Amino acid sequence: MQQLFNFFIKNKTFVLFLLLFSYAISLTIQSHEYHRSKFLNSSNQITGSIYGTFHSITQYFNLKHENQLLLEENSRLKMMDFSQENSIPVDSVLEYKYDLYPSLVYKNSYALPSNYLTLNKGENDSIKEDYGVITSKGIVGIIDATSKNYSRVLSILNTNSRVNVKLKKTNYFGILSWDGKSPEITQLKDVQDLVKLSVGDTIVTSGYSSTFPPNIPVGNIDSYRLNDTEDLYIIDVKLFNNMKNLEHVYIIKNTDINELEALNLSDE
Amino acid sequence: MNNSVLKTILSFIGLVLLQVIICSNINFLGDLNPYVYVIFILLYPVTKNRLLFIFLSFLLGFSIDIFLDSGGMHAAASVAIAYIRPLFLKFSFGAAFDYQSIKFSNTDFSQRLVYFLLLIVIHHFILFSLVLFDQNKIALILQQALYSSIFTLIICLLLTSLFSKKET
Repeated sequence: MQQLFNFFIKNKTFVLFLLLFSYAISLTIQSHEYHRSKFLNSSNQITGSIYGTFHSITQYFNLKHENQLLLEENSRLKMMDFSQENSIPVDSVLEYKYDLYPSLVYKNSYALPSNYLTLNKGENDSIKEDYGVITSKGIVGIIDATSKNYSRVLSILNTNSRVNVKLKKTNYFGILSWDGKSPEITQLKDVQDLVKLSVGDTIVTSGYSSTFPPNIPVGNIDSYRLNDTEDLYIIDVKLFNNMKNLEHVYIIKNTDINELEALNLSDE
Repeated sequence: MNNSVLKTILSFIGLVLLQVIICSNINFLGDLNPYVYVIFILLYPVTKNRLLFIFLSFLLGFSIDIFLDSGGMHAAASVAIAYIRPLFLKFSFGAAFDYQSIKFSNTDFSQRLVYFLLLIVIHHFILFSLVLFDQNKIALILQQALYSSIFTLIICLLLTSLFSKKET
């Protein structure tokens, strides 16, 4: 026993190094596995407020661009409104199936294989895990960790990200993931080879999960090829969203989420 | 003594903020970012207390990790170069130097360049191995580590010449 202690004291630098290094490596391995990296993240109070402070300075740089985006969205909504002036929806239940919360992006990254965003809304604004995040142009990601005032989004530019999407024209669905290469292109897999594809086809969310409502635009087909076994397509999807420049986003809350969760639980 | 502790704390906080607010958002040519916080580990005074030094390096990398949501990648790379630093001190500045008396501002530029370059390259190689975490992507790891190293090296040299006080 004495010798053991002596050994530790003699090599205390190496022991400390080994301890800290292996702890860091284990954290890294956890962060590469989906749903296990929530222990420490940028949505906590300290990091959130620091990002917030600096964001209040830098947000002025993007004002022009953001105004343009909001104007575009506004005009699109106005156009939709004018073209159906008689049909004011009576069915209010359908109308409020989803709640939208506007939010600001405090931190964004797109150059790493696993990218996350930090938003300035959290549990105090009734934001929870698994809520979807979109912009006026397309989808951004899914909330995967929250604190009182901030939340973290698993970006679609994350190799762990999986989103259920479909081809708008033919309704065939597949899973959108990312190979970590270009921040403009994501990959749609699991579409069967008998489906007719053409470059430029629009991809939208399928609505099969409770996270995103159906028919939210995602991107269009940039190119496609068959996979190794030649029975499924790998489709490169060019995103409508410019993921490099995100400022205002919407968090989507599915008001039926409790009911859906209860159903899923009773299944198990 | 008190003065140097205060200086260490301030540079620690300053470098973390500089890294996460500015340097990680540069994205030069698409995805190149300098990781300037390593300068804290490079220029930490050569003292006897290596335990504290290694622990501080871990803490530095860990803070960066929390801000950038990167698990423990920066912490691992930082601890590694903090541990092997004496080896490179000896290699770059020669065994003639007594450890205790190295003052980085008094060393040759070329010696300092070699010392910076070696440690930065090792740090970035460990970092990008952990970031990409795929043994099939060795070429990509090397490429990214090399380009980022050059970027970091330039910024680090600029920072040191900016903040160095010429002792005449």
